[in-house]
Amino acid sequence: MTNVKKTYKTGVTAIQNLNLTISKGDFVFIIGSTGCGKSTLIKMLYREEKPTSGQIIVGGIDVGKLRNGKVYKIRRKIGVVFQDYKLLPKSTVYENVAFALEIFGLPKDEIHAKVLKVLELVGLKNKIKNYPSQLSGGEQQRVAIARAIVNGPKLLICDEPTGNLDPTTGMEIMEVLEEINKLGTTIIMVTHDINIVKKMNKRVIVLDSGRVLKDYAKGTYSNENI
Amino acid sequence: MKTFRIIGRNFRDAFKGVFRNFSLSFASISCITITLIVVAVSMVLSNNVDNFTQLVERDVTIVAFIDNEATNEQIDEIKDEISTINNVDTYEFRSKQNITKDMRESSEVFDSIMKNWTDEENPIQNTFQIKVKDIEKIKNVANQVEKIDGITLVKYGEGMVEQLISTFDFIHKICIGAVVALILVTAFLISNTIKITINSRQREIGIMRLIGASNLNIRIPFIIEGLLLGALGSVIPILTTIYGYNALYRNFDGHLFSPFIKLIEPVPFVYTTSLILLAIGIAVGMFGSWRAVRKYLKI
Repeated sequence: MTNVKKTYKTGVTAIQNLNLTISKGDFVFIIGSTGCGKSTLIKMLYREEKPTSGQIIVGGIDVGKLRNGKVYKIRRKIGVVFQDYKLLPKSTVYENVAFALEIFGLPKDEIHAKVLKVLELVGLKNKIKNYPSQLSGGEQQRVAIARAIVNGPKLLICDEPTGNLDPTTGMEIMEVLEEINKLGTTIIMVTHDINIVKKMNKRVIVLDSGRVLKDYAKGTYSNENI
Repeated sequence: MKTFRIIGRNFRDAFKGVFRNFSLSFASISCITITLIVVAVSMVLSNNVDNFTQLVERDVTIVAFIDNEATNEQIDEIKDEISTINNVDTYEFRSKQNITKDMRESSEVFDSIMKNWTDEENPIQNTFQIKVKDIEKIKNVANQVEKIDGITLVKYGEGMVEQLISTFDFIHKICIGAVVALILVTAFLISNTIKITINSRQREIGIMRLIGASNLNIRIPFIIEGLLLGALGSVIPILTTIYGYNALYRNFDGHLFSPFIKLIEPVPFVYTTSLILLAIGIAVGMFGSWRAVRKYLKI
């Protein structure tokens, strides 16, 4: 991200003059108080929002220049996990995950194999026929993670994925994310949960008023307070 | 292969969409059913009115009276001249003897008066009965026939025919206007109902976009869903048209109120009407879905 600025139509500037580089394979936490621009920052990464000025390159694509009709191009290269899971309520666990592959027109057998593999990774292989309403919060988030990674994205963006979960379930989700990161996927996670950030020992970027306040290298944050 | 797979999945998703959102799908189908029944009734009515006017128009005949002194050669000449007139469809020579015979057979009063007439006493004239292709130009044909040597008089119900034509033309226009207006109202109603169905799935569309579905990926299953809703909604109107019209036709023996007002034969009329209803249902369903989804793809 180079000199990125985002001002909303209301006149509120959420991000100003932000420069940031995240390398392949990194696991990065973005933290900061409410309204500091965390959500705007990651929304710009998956082109839910457009930067007012500056340049954002994700996996070689200048996301700020993508037209509305072409947004799917970046979305297919990254996975996104939300606090409210955003699962299709009338589709089963299997269908929710498979949908992300069906849009590529993959053969049924290939989809089946990939979906089962990823559901096994998140520990939900035995619940493929359940609907989201039949699952706990933690299980729903696992489905969301499975859906986000099933097509092998190089980047996984997580917007407060543990926000609705109890601490134990939250840590279980973090273990899943850790596994995914070990397989080579870059992870950018926005969170309010300082305990998780401390336990995970990863790179931590602290935002304040739309600017990078501090950028802690891997393993340095847990020893300091902000 | 990939394209076929995607098309197949779109149909599968559309079917799932209809059944998993059954209450809203049912609302759309009901709306389509009711409006298409109204369209079906108006189509049956307007087509029958149209058919009736055509039958009446076809019955309008020019009668050209031939001078009783005319010889057979002269009559042949008149016949040749009539055949060259533009817009003449058919013509038939009716001799005074034939006409007299028909009149006597048709009524006892005529019979008692005419039975003692000799050929010389018989005032009835030989005639040519002419039918035209375009009824609106009947006056022009009548004028040309009148100018032929040996023709003493031409009658075709002047004034009455013109009035009939303009009345029928007016009815025809009203019928077309009513059907078109009804189709437009139907399109609007159905597309709004489908819009409500899709509005309730705004979140679903948002999620589809977030996980990388292109606009086409999202739009096509919804448009197919609209097609299915339209097709399902036209089932009852089609059955009503086929069975209802057949029953009506049988019940009234093919005529309405008097033998003069003939109903259109059910076959193939009910099938073409059914196809039109299906086409309207499908087209309007697809259009409604397309219009509704479009709104959520402009992010």
